[in-house]
Amino acid sequence: MNFPQELKYTKDHEWVSVQGDIATIGITDFAQSELGDIVYVDIETVGETIEHEQVFGTVEAVKTVSDLFMPVSGEIIEFNKALDTQPELVNTDPYGQGWMVKVKMSDPAQANSLLSADAYRSQIGA
Amino acid sequence: MKQTALTDQHIALGAKMVEFAGYNMPVLYSGINDEHETVRKKVGVFDVSHMGEFILKGSDALDLIQRVTSNDASKLTDGKVQYSCLPNATGGIVDDLLVYRIDEATYMLVVNASNIEKDWNWIQSHNTKGVEMHNISDKTSLLAVQGPDAVKALQSLTDVDLASIEYYNFVKGTFAGKSNILISATGYTGAGGFEIYFENEHAQHIWNEVFKSGAPYGIKPAGLGCRDTLRLEMGFCLYGNDIDDTTSPIEAGLGWITKFTKEFTNSAALKKQKEDGVTRKLVAFEMIDRGIPRHGYPIQDANGNVIGEVTSGTQSPSLQKAIGMGYVTTANSKEGSEIYINVRDKGLKASVVKLPFYKK
Repeated sequence: MNFPQELKYTKDHEWVSVQGDIATIGITDFAQSELGDIVYVDIETVGETIEHEQVFGTVEAVKTVSDLFMPVSGEIIEFNKALDTQPELVNTDPYGQGWMVKVKMSDPAQANSLLSADAYRSQIGA
Repeated sequence: MKQTALTDQHIALGAKMVEFAGYNMPVLYSGINDEHETVRKKVGVFDVSHMGEFILKGSDALDLIQRVTSNDASKLTDGKVQYSCLPNATGGIVDDLLVYRIDEATYMLVVNASNIEKDWNWIQSHNTKGVEMHNISDKTSLLAVQGPDAVKALQSLTDVDLASIEYYNFVKGTFAGKSNILISATGYTGAGGFEIYFENEHAQHIWNEVFKSGAPYGIKPAGLGCRDTLRLEMGFCLYGNDIDDTTSPIEAGLGWITKFTKEFTNSAALKKQKEDGVTRKLVAFEMIDRGIPRHGYPIQDANGNVIGEVTSGTQSPSLQKAIGMGYVTTANSKEGSEIYINVRDKGLKASVVKLPFYKK
């Protein structure tokens, strides 16, 4: 399983890519593999400001539903619209075309407390 | 956790394993959508050895079956199978099951894994005439080989003319070199195919032979995940979801297996229910708004009043739309009725449809 070194991770199996005060967020290779075939990414919070660890959307696999939690506080400024018609991109390219939202962070320093690739890897026992 | 004779085989194949009814079972191998499509278009193999099998023997075996099941087992002849249920005394269902007539005085009942002990005790408690009962569940393996290419995939393993076995019929014959194997033209997928019953000691050999023989047809192992999506596309009830100890067969749309040509547990009350009408019915629905119904989600009318609950729901891999079943008040149960599924506090529109969802 693949966990790029340049990304940050959460215990809720999300990854974060930080550029300035913008965070791009998706779910990890481990998460997509545990969920199985993803059929719907339900995110209707664009424009909302949501606190760290609150739910910003839901991902539906054939058999299961899983909430998506904010890794950092901020305003959701963009949803990956490709996922509307091709939710399976989350399975096939979780760190690339399967990204979910971009967030304008209200406190960019929060990103420093996220997990490194190695710390995440050890958390899931990979 | 209990194992089937093939648990190690599934793990070796890299299956994702889950506990189901106390058994360590494969939920998926390559992925639910891929396995689902394989079964619909080619052929897939399910290890469903967790299912329970009881043998009932003796001159009063039919009498006992008639008293505990809702369907009319006197219609069976040797080599025929019948779908039926065990009503309880309070209007619900103990289990749904298959009844096999081996011969005039020998029947096999196939029950859900989660209900083996409950069903055994229930039937025993009605066994007032000394019918010989054997629980062969733990020594019996069951492979469901399902899909349009099942005949081709398996024919090289047996002299039995597989194509000539009609739906809900079975034969006993030599299969993969083993004698006395029960080959049944049944299944839980709507894709056609066979269910093959044999003793555990043959399990690995038969599994290997089935995959060898089916290789030219693209045969694949299939897990419980796609078994659920396949059955739901057909609208087949799943015990514990769509039917249980509190749902009546009449409410569940199982009137067709509830025959008042004889007396059985609670038959008088069920007959009255059929005549007077029921207050709620199990319906099938397709989502109109985007969202996926799941077991336990409330069903509402246009004004937000709760009119029932979802019992099964999924994204249908074959239809590429969200489908479900659930109980609603009779007034809202007609085909075309607009209902609303409460998905995370949003009322999403759905329409009541006829079964099956998936038509060949």
